[in-house]
Amino acid sequence: MRNVVIPVGPQHPALKEPESFSVTLSGERIMAFSARLGYNHRGIEKACEERTYVQDVYLIERICGICSHAHSTAFVQAVEEIAGLAVPERALYIRTIIAELERIHSHLLWLGVAGHEVGFDTLLMYTWRDREIVMDILAELTGNRVNYGINTIGGVRRDIAGAEISDIMKAMDTLEERTKYYIRVATEERTLINRLSGVGVLSREDALSLGAVGPTARASGIARDTRKDDPYAAYGALDFKVITDDHCDVYGRTLVRMGELMEAYSMIRQALKKMPDGPIAVKAPRKIPAGEAFSRYEAPRGEDVHYVKANGTDKPERVKVRAPTLANIQCVSKMLEDRQLADLPIVIAAIDPCFSCTDRLISVKDARKRAPSSMKWEDLRLYGIEWYRDKGIDFSKLNTRMGERL
Amino acid sequence: MTHEESIVQNLVGKFAYLAGRVQVQRVRRIIGSVDQGQFEEVFTYAQRELQFSVLCTITGLDEGPTMGFIYQMARADGIVFSLKFSVPKDKPVIQTMTRYFPPADIYERELMDLLGAQVEGLGPGNRYPLPDDWPKDEYPLRKDWKAKTAGTNTEEIKQNA
Repeated sequence: MRNVVIPVGPQHPALKEPESFSVTLSGERIMAFSARLGYNHRGIEKACEERTYVQDVYLIERICGICSHAHSTAFVQAVEEIAGLAVPERALYIRTIIAELERIHSHLLWLGVAGHEVGFDTLLMYTWRDREIVMDILAELTGNRVNYGINTIGGVRRDIAGAEISDIMKAMDTLEERTKYYIRVATEERTLINRLSGVGVLSREDALSLGAVGPTARASGIARDTRKDDPYAAYGALDFKVITDDHCDVYGRTLVRMGELMEAYSMIRQALKKMPDGPIAVKAPRKIPAGEAFSRYEAPRGEDVHYVKANGTDKPERVKVRAPTLANIQCVSKMLEDRQLADLPIVIAAIDPCFSCTDRLISVKDARKRAPSSMKWEDLRLYGIEWYRDKGIDFSKLNTRMGERL
Repeated sequence: MTHEESIVQNLVGKFAYLAGRVQVQRVRRIIGSVDQGQFEEVFTYAQRELQFSVLCTITGLDEGPTMGFIYQMARADGIVFSLKFSVPKDKPVIQTMTRYFPPADIYERELMDLLGAQVEGLGPGNRYPLPDDWPKDEYPLRKDWKAKTAGTNTEEIKQNA
């Protein structure tokens, strides 16, 4: 049979972001795969050189909606190291709590996407509903669901105290219970196990030679985690396991992420208990002395690295970012070798490449009114409930039950 | 002696020319610089003998008359070795490291697009990250490069305001 080359993307079946893949097929079997990246390149590294360090914190945060805290923390850590700032311990704990909350929302999001890619949309609905719990907590703590703006050079901008702590604890209890249920589904539901097992295989040797990071590497049996290997923030003071699995396939990547959710709940509880009193930031100089630093961070998708070079001014000489997807995307062609075309979406999705979240405000134009009006998040939520109720679908009882658990 | 110090001592013992050019920057960070001709043997020694088995990334720098390349390698115990060399900016030719680290491919293509590095020995593949119709000889991360479209950099925005 003659080989056929088909383009997949830039708009394609697994991602909400543009990437273009070229797939060589013999019938339904994938013979070769190559990726053309860069459609989302926004010149952020160059833009950082033209802005002050403080402006860059917010710019860097917008590299990714899901991993926004990952990027801003990696960046401020590098700048703080160059400036020789002693970041208060309480700030390091707050960064760690936000980091693990971010990992929870990212992994729950991924679990839903993975369910969707294999036709298990109930899992998508359940996990994304549960994810709202952590999104609400992030909004309560930082004022935003994504792009939290919690970091600043020298510490954090908001404290965590009082009712916020009890709200986090309650949310962790609910999410832990839900995650136990998902683990039971993943380990007992035969259709899910059969659909994910043996798909997107990446051997330990290939993961090592191709430089895989994060859950992708850990699901190939590589116990590599920057939080443990090169501790930053408050991770050195927390007791946690690096979750690994030796299935080396999409199923293994699913188990690793669910195991990491359980560890995240534990780490957040520990951090809230151990967090010392004290200031949350130190004053940082506007001009950063000449120097360079290399910062690493374990983002939900894997190791995120930032290099910053300072020249003594208020603007960096160079900012270099290597996000985890760039390391993992090179493993995808190996994962797809000799696989069926139908596996392509879930295999790509299994490395958890980046997506973005929506705004909190929506502009609504009413045909009867000329001026547009704004709808708050709560109004939008109520509007959605009413819209479904009009069509005979009522979630009130379910919402009440979830509210009681919180 | 710390792990980092023993690695530095090992490197200097193996390559005498590294004396004074490699140092512990802080815990789990070692930085070093070499001449371009010395780079490959130090790089491969670090990978094979000192367990720097992960290439985190390659960072390119426009240093004015020269162009710098920093290869950031990590070990399983979290120690990172940043090894740098510089080449004349008017002839920014480097060798591919894909035969030692296959993932270097995408990092080297990034250096080609954004800084104009010429990577010898790199196999065929897609460019990254700029679009296919990006103008020839335009390298955005070079210091003398400015965005040409009005209003796309801060100075122009200020002027147009």
